[in-house]
Amino acid sequence: MTNLENFRQETKDWLNENCPPEMRKPGDVSWGGRKARFSHPDQEIWLERMGQKGWTCPTWPKEYGGGGLTKEENKILQEELFAIGARPALASFGIWMLGPALLEFASEEQKLEHIPNIVQGKIWWCQGYSEPGSGSDLASLSTKAVLDGDNYIVNGQKIWTSNANYSDMIFCLVRTGSQEPKHDGISFMLIDMDQPGVDVKPIKLISGKSPFCETFFTDAVVPKSNLIGEENKGWTIAKRLLQHERSMISGMGLSAGGTSKKKISGLAEMAKRYVGVDGQNRLGNPFLRGKVARHDINSRAFSLTLQRMGEEMKSGGPSATASMGKYYGTEQNKLRYEIMLEAMGFNGLGWEGEPFSPEELAVTREWLRSKANSIEGGTSEINLNVISKRVLGLPD
Amino acid sequence: MSLTLNEEQQLLKDTAREFVQKNAPISHFRELRDLNDDKCYSQDLWKKMADLGWAGILIDEEYGGSNFGMVGLGAVLEETGRNLVPSPLISTALLGASLIQLAGNENQKKDLLPKISEGKLTTALALDEGARHDPLNISTFCVKKEKNLVLEGRKTFVVDGQSANLLIVVARNSEPNNKEESDASRSMYLVDPKKPGVKITKISMVDSRSYCEIIFDKVKVNEEDRLGEQNVVGIIDDVLERAQIGISAEMLGSALEAFDQTIQYLKDRKQFGKPIGSFQALQHRAAHMFSELELTKSSVQGALNAIDENSNDKSRYASLAKFKAGETLNLVSNEAVQMHGGVGVTDEFDIGFFLKRARVAEQIFGSSDYHLDRYAVLSEY
Repeated sequence: MTNLENFRQETKDWLNENCPPEMRKPGDVSWGGRKARFSHPDQEIWLERMGQKGWTCPTWPKEYGGGGLTKEENKILQEELFAIGARPALASFGIWMLGPALLEFASEEQKLEHIPNIVQGKIWWCQGYSEPGSGSDLASLSTKAVLDGDNYIVNGQKIWTSNANYSDMIFCLVRTGSQEPKHDGISFMLIDMDQPGVDVKPIKLISGKSPFCETFFTDAVVPKSNLIGEENKGWTIAKRLLQHERSMISGMGLSAGGTSKKKISGLAEMAKRYVGVDGQNRLGNPFLRGKVARHDINSRAFSLTLQRMGEEMKSGGPSATASMGKYYGTEQNKLRYEIMLEAMGFNGLGWEGEPFSPEELAVTREWLRSKANSIEGGTSEINLNVISKRVLGLPD
Repeated sequence: MSLTLNEEQQLLKDTAREFVQKNAPISHFRELRDLNDDKCYSQDLWKKMADLGWAGILIDEEYGGSNFGMVGLGAVLEETGRNLVPSPLISTALLGASLIQLAGNENQKKDLLPKISEGKLTTALALDEGARHDPLNISTFCVKKEKNLVLEGRKTFVVDGQSANLLIVVARNSEPNNKEESDASRSMYLVDPKKPGVKITKISMVDSRSYCEIIFDKVKVNEEDRLGEQNVVGIIDDVLERAQIGISAEMLGSALEAFDQTIQYLKDRKQFGKPIGSFQALQHRAAHMFSELELTKSSVQGALNAIDENSNDKSRYASLAKFKAGETLNLVSNEAVQMHGGVGVTDEFDIGFFLKRARVAEQIFGSSDYHLDRYAVLSEY
């Protein structure tokens, strides 16, 4: 047996022994954290075992608690997880965004302090980037950090901080230098939210839900050791982390295609249910049928593109083309909900209660939620700017 | 399946790019266009391409081919597409070679395939009969009358039909007005274009390539001229899928080149004291085109692989590729002209060539709408 065949067998055996039955069914995924809540006892067991094994972050180095797997080994692990229908053990901004940035920019002490906690889901991280006056023009941010002895004292406000009301710590862009030139005075630091100087207020969205918060800093205290990289040099880290964020969000455009073996897409199946079929089993409304087919084709082409970019990607991680994925994936996802709504008619426009089914109400809320996809993590327009300048080399 | 080229395939693509740049840049096409020659391609160039193994690129080695597969042919077509090179690559190296290899008997293969590989024999597929690709809907027929098989009908928009040494004609096995027999079977016949009763008329199209109408007026053919069994609908479908994917690769190349030229123009052309490429109104459209081109690349590469790996989803891949290539080339060719401004609509600039070629290529082997519908049918809706 080759090494990879061995690895596959070992992985199968380990999963067989360690993945609890409940976690082999679809359901919610834990976000971990100091006050972690689990919807089922098996969820805690699964997180604990996968965290110990380092397989929540399979390719991260072993010395920081990661799985230390090669790309090929990770592929096998993912296949075996998929084969038994295993849920992810952990969802986390630490895994998708902060961790990769720490691996690239943090000091050895900082890596040893923070990365194992990300791997094991001990800390729930949120992201402090946007401010009320700094959205697309992120670098104009003005939350201020002033050094006072061994600590920075932070004052200001962040906005659109996802799940800040549940989070333990926030990775934050703050101004430590002058306001102009705006990219030069920014630092990247990690702030503990469990202190009197940090206040969080959820924001109610058009969907009726509150996935985002406002986060206020009033003389919040941050140990100097929580500064990542050099003071005033945080913009480089910020941009790199955004690329990771954009790659992560790109994945949303994939949900439409799915991994199902069936030929018909979920979208077409749903449309058939609502508008019926003609004598030849074609979707009854030809205009809707065209939209569904176009969307299905683009989803497939997009998923092939992410695969190809993965193959082409050098070891350096995501590049400016991550902006292409973010732009296209989120626009596709928004369009998918628009097509679903169109297929459902009035049934897709309920707010609550009868005569709507819970599934219908969920689609409606998700449709509203999807509008933020092309805004969060860099708007579609900002990503088109990045493609124009960084990929195509068009002038300023 | 891998969506990136292996070393050997990449080498072939690099060779193709160098060869085309050296031997057939866009000025080569312009010269041919101005000559207004019936062949519409350079025989000398085709000989050189055959020497590189491209005429026999899908042909097994035992018949003199290089057997590089569709991924290999796709790499070459992308490069010829970049420079709008007219050649019998699709009509002969793809269609003719595939049809003979898949349907032909040993004698036909031994006789014809080496000649194709050497660049000595060119073929044309006479299939469509109307203004749209519609392979199921034909009325040309071939039936036995007294001792002979007689071929009768009219084919149109036959690609490279005027220059071909050999026509491959698709015909019904019964007369179309024979109501009793709702016959869906089809046969193919190898017909010498010089045969009595074959009348070929040039059709002049906007892309200045070779198209013709062919009338078969009671043309006598023999049993030995039949390519394959009495019913070859399955083989025709398989080969049309290859052709759809092959022309998608060519279209991708054309779209990439039109895009590259346009981006260069946006950097060079100055108005209001700065390059017009600094204007966001143009930048965002360019970035959107870039995204569509990336999706098209992946679709074409996936489809080329699907044929070589004989994927059970290759039919949908063919429509995926042709739809994306059609839509993207349509978008890019229009935007390329618009972004070039006034010079974009002059004959002196090459960019208009891409627009003209684009629309014809979009129709060949099925328009975007055709493949949108086909994709939905194949996906069970």
